[in-house]
Amino acid sequence: MPLQSLDIAARSATTLPSPGIRRTEEVAKLIDISKCIGCKACQAACMEWNDLRDEVGFNFGSYQNPADLTPASWTLMRFYEVEPAGHLEWLIRKDGCMHCAEPGCLEACPSPGAIVKYSNGIVDFVEENCIGCGYCITGCPFNIPRISKQDDKAYKCTLCSDRVAVGLEPACIKACPTQALVFGSKEAMREHAADRVAELQERGFKNAGIYDPAGVGGTHVIYVLQHADQPELYELPKDPKISPVVKLWKGITKPLAMLALGASVLVGFLHYVDVGPNEVKHEKKASDRRDRT
Amino acid sequence: MTNNWIDIKNANVILVMGGNTAEAHPVGFKWVIEAKARNKATLIVVDPRFNRTAAVADVYVPLRAGTDIAFLGGVINYLLTKDAIQHEYVKAFTNASFIVKDGFGFSEGLFSGYDSDKREYDHSTWDYELGPDGYVQVDETLQHPRCVFQLMKQHYSRYTPEVVVNVTGSPKDKFLEVCKLIASTAALNRTMTSLYALGWTNHSVGTQNIRCMAIIQLLLGNVGMSGGGLNALRGHSNIQGLTDLGLLSNLMPGYLTLPAAAEPNLATYLAKRTPKPLRPGQLNYWSNYPKFFVSLMKVLYGPAATKENDYGYGWLPKLDRVDHEYDMLRVQDLMVQGKMNGYICQGFNPLQASPNKAKTLAGLGKLKFLVVIDPLATETSAFFENHGEYNPADSSKIMTEVFRLPSICFAEDEGSLTNSSRWLQWHYRGQDPPDEARTDIDIIAALFLRIRELYRKEGGVFPEPILNLHWPYLIPERPMPAELARELNGYAITDVKDPQDPTKVLVKAGQQLATFAQLRDDGSTACGCWIYSGCWTEKGNQMARRETHDPGDRGLVPGWAFSWPANRRILYNRASCDANGKPWDPNRPLIHWNGTKWVGLDVPDYVPTAAPSKDMGPFIMHPEGVGRLFSRAFVKDGPFPEHYEPFETPLGTNPIHPKVVTNPVARVYKDDHSELGNSSEFPYVGTTYRLTELFHYWSKHCLINAILQPQQFVEISEQLAAEKGIVNGGEIIVTSARGRIRAVAVVTKRIKPLTVNGKVIQHVGIPIHWGFTGLTRKGFPANVLTPCVGDANTQTPETKAFLVNVERA
Repeated sequence: MPLQSLDIAARSATTLPSPGIRRTEEVAKLIDISKCIGCKACQAACMEWNDLRDEVGFNFGSYQNPADLTPASWTLMRFYEVEPAGHLEWLIRKDGCMHCAEPGCLEACPSPGAIVKYSNGIVDFVEENCIGCGYCITGCPFNIPRISKQDDKAYKCTLCSDRVAVGLEPACIKACPTQALVFGSKEAMREHAADRVAELQERGFKNAGIYDPAGVGGTHVIYVLQHADQPELYELPKDPKISPVVKLWKGITKPLAMLALGASVLVGFLHYVDVGPNEVKHEKKASDRRDRT
Repeated sequence: MTNNWIDIKNANVILVMGGNTAEAHPVGFKWVIEAKARNKATLIVVDPRFNRTAAVADVYVPLRAGTDIAFLGGVINYLLTKDAIQHEYVKAFTNASFIVKDGFGFSEGLFSGYDSDKREYDHSTWDYELGPDGYVQVDETLQHPRCVFQLMKQHYSRYTPEVVVNVTGSPKDKFLEVCKLIASTAALNRTMTSLYALGWTNHSVGTQNIRCMAIIQLLLGNVGMSGGGLNALRGHSNIQGLTDLGLLSNLMPGYLTLPAAAEPNLATYLAKRTPKPLRPGQLNYWSNYPKFFVSLMKVLYGPAATKENDYGYGWLPKLDRVDHEYDMLRVQDLMVQGKMNGYICQGFNPLQASPNKAKTLAGLGKLKFLVVIDPLATETSAFFENHGEYNPADSSKIMTEVFRLPSICFAEDEGSLTNSSRWLQWHYRGQDPPDEARTDIDIIAALFLRIRELYRKEGGVFPEPILNLHWPYLIPERPMPAELARELNGYAITDVKDPQDPTKVLVKAGQQLATFAQLRDDGSTACGCWIYSGCWTEKGNQMARRETHDPGDRGLVPGWAFSWPANRRILYNRASCDANGKPWDPNRPLIHWNGTKWVGLDVPDYVPTAAPSKDMGPFIMHPEGVGRLFSRAFVKDGPFPEHYEPFETPLGTNPIHPKVVTNPVARVYKDDHSELGNSSEFPYVGTTYRLTELFHYWSKHCLINAILQPQQFVEISEQLAAEKGIVNGGEIIVTSARGRIRAVAVVTKRIKPLTVNGKVIQHVGIPIHWGFTGLTRKGFPANVLTPCVGDANTQTPETKAFLVNVERA
């Protein structure tokens, strides 16, 4: 990949227009589950590159460690023992942010600039703008963001936007020994995925296919699945969509709310002109101080 | 490996059995994935557990732990009855036509010559019938009743699919599917590669597991072929280097063997190790043994090694018992008996690695002193600490003085590592060692110099081996890796002349040798490890080469590092061509005969100018020149592999021959024997293994690895869990006749009960990694449970098949 200018294509809770003169190629990470051996090199590389160290946890009856995504584990191998064709298959899926073309998190986020989408398709959290409200979790159809108890901010995979910007592949891609993880332009990844699907079909996986769900406008992390007809085997939503609540909230409700907000400001102003400022005599109470300690 | 990592990409069938390549060798496994993508290769996994390799396999077959020979014996029977073998290859390149001595036989589990009191075989009948000319008699028609081919056919005719299924518990259809896939590689244009590791070696029949596959690959004509071979995947980055340099108790560098007490002088020692050709025209390369040995002695003792003193032969230690070497199990036994005072433990963590931890703990406590040379504070170096149930040492009773000498990690010094591909790869110092840590070389040098000083001052009973040791290094306290590497390659002490033309000097005195072909047995050359000769020549450090060009796209990359021997990338590559010197498969050429010499992509494993019309066989290390279907007396437990049950068998019998249940010549000490369990008390088959996230007992000291696999677990089937009321994620207690561990239960579909000899057999999977040091949660090493039983040939402990019981904690 060449160097990429990280122009911001969309920004949470902002109406300012985005820069538009540069053309950036859309990127994608391809996760070929049929080549994955669950070695967790991607998890290790993610921790290394991003300076993350999760807790030394517990085993809860699985090879899956840590047990779930956390603010310090942005990617995780999930292990599924299934028997869709009458014989056992051990499906190992690298979980993490899908970098949706229509990101539900960004849509839901009320804090200006806390979530951005770059023109190359990467969806990034800008933690210094995050207010820790957790709306991004509600907005995400894949249950990815996690809020840290340490600083009350949301974290998730950045698709190594810092590496991609200087022409490097994400850390997990570099670490993957079997090329189950591949990175490139979205177009090239779709082509590569199509070749892989054809080979899998030849090997008897009749329903092999690509997971690049249209419900979120496609994603910049796409999977090759042996059983694309049953994404639920991999704990992937069959037809992910941004929650209607978020759609409603940020759709029709938002302008109405803005109108209501504007109206109340207007009413306030008229009240000020008409009546003058409200004055309240404030006395400090001992209980206030206690609350603050 | 006979071949190399990259060559796996050339295979059509990849059989992973006795190993777990994806999990234990994830980086090398990319070549398996490449073979699937490039050749549409089929990946077969045969293992008691559906492991991470099975997750990407085309065919998975379960089998009971410790029954690989039954399975592979069935494959041999299938190939012979279906006549699915590479006929020309078998006839020309194996000992199929060789006639075996009258009197050799096999009956009810025993080969001829067994002495039940000594638990040993008299091997005199396990050899070829020699003619009056001193050469082996052969029958080219393969019809003679005592020819190897007929004997082999008879031996394996007992391994019918029904017998195989009854012993292994593998489903019959799956077994036959695998047979068919393996048989498909008898075709000239198809090859199979066999990838194995400790899953084959850690058995009382470990050597024979591998022998079985050697027979199969010879029958299929897959040895010497690109994409074929027998490929041992080594567990550490430099464990190939360990065996090459003779770090086993009976070896010296280059697979030369330590002398025995019964060999009083050089002549008797060499006579026993310098074979005569068994067929006309053979190269018989081990006939050069004296050159390799004398050159090694010149490195060890320099000018002090002279013809008159047998080149210092008398100063070498002599094994007092050649049959029972000073292997790990013996050392452990000697410690417990109080027969060992001191133990220097370098890069080894026996408290975790030797079987039956309680025995090692008792043994270490009886030492007067223990020296641990390691980059980490290992469990062994802290064996005297009490860690509750994790290490129940009674510190007040242990008087052992323990010295910890902190050494470095590989990246903190330069040097070479030898990988499974036999590549010697030079690396550079990445960072300086921390604090007081010193390189292993510096530590040993310091010890040596002080010991030598003591001998100089105080004399001693036998000072010569120490005082005469050649120590020519620029800074005696700090021999440089480059100096040692140059010594391993070898150099001329005086001018080395061409034997054909003595006026011609091949190598001038003081120069580096170009190849082991220049070694001499007259003291004019010095060489520390003959197979490494060529690694640092007059052209410089060949191990540091980093050229990636790959002529022919066969993954040979001849300009990358140095591959022993002679930079050859595929061993036995002469066998990739037919009798006339033409590649069997024109699409995977390695070398060929061009009318005057052997040429091609690889360095010929043959005399470059020997015409194919001569009788020289392609297996030039063997005095018979061919591959051995029948291994003569080289393998202690039989010339043909035979199924014996693990010493702790869940059946209590051997369904194939009930009179001989277990390996009749495997060594078990009396005390260890009394600590073997039986299936009424311990009904389940325990098997140990490694996980990708942790490397033995070391990487649990790294935070990221600890995060990825934080806590000890044990795997059982859903059926066993239901029977015992054990829940996934709950606690499980596993006991054996030696001890007890507690861990988290992983209840899985990946382990399934198998029906064997009318009995349901359950496996209990026990990863090995945890202990009482490191950053993971504390755990029990798996060797709390494992028995002290070794392979009959190597004494590698049987940690892959033993008996346990489980209960809910």
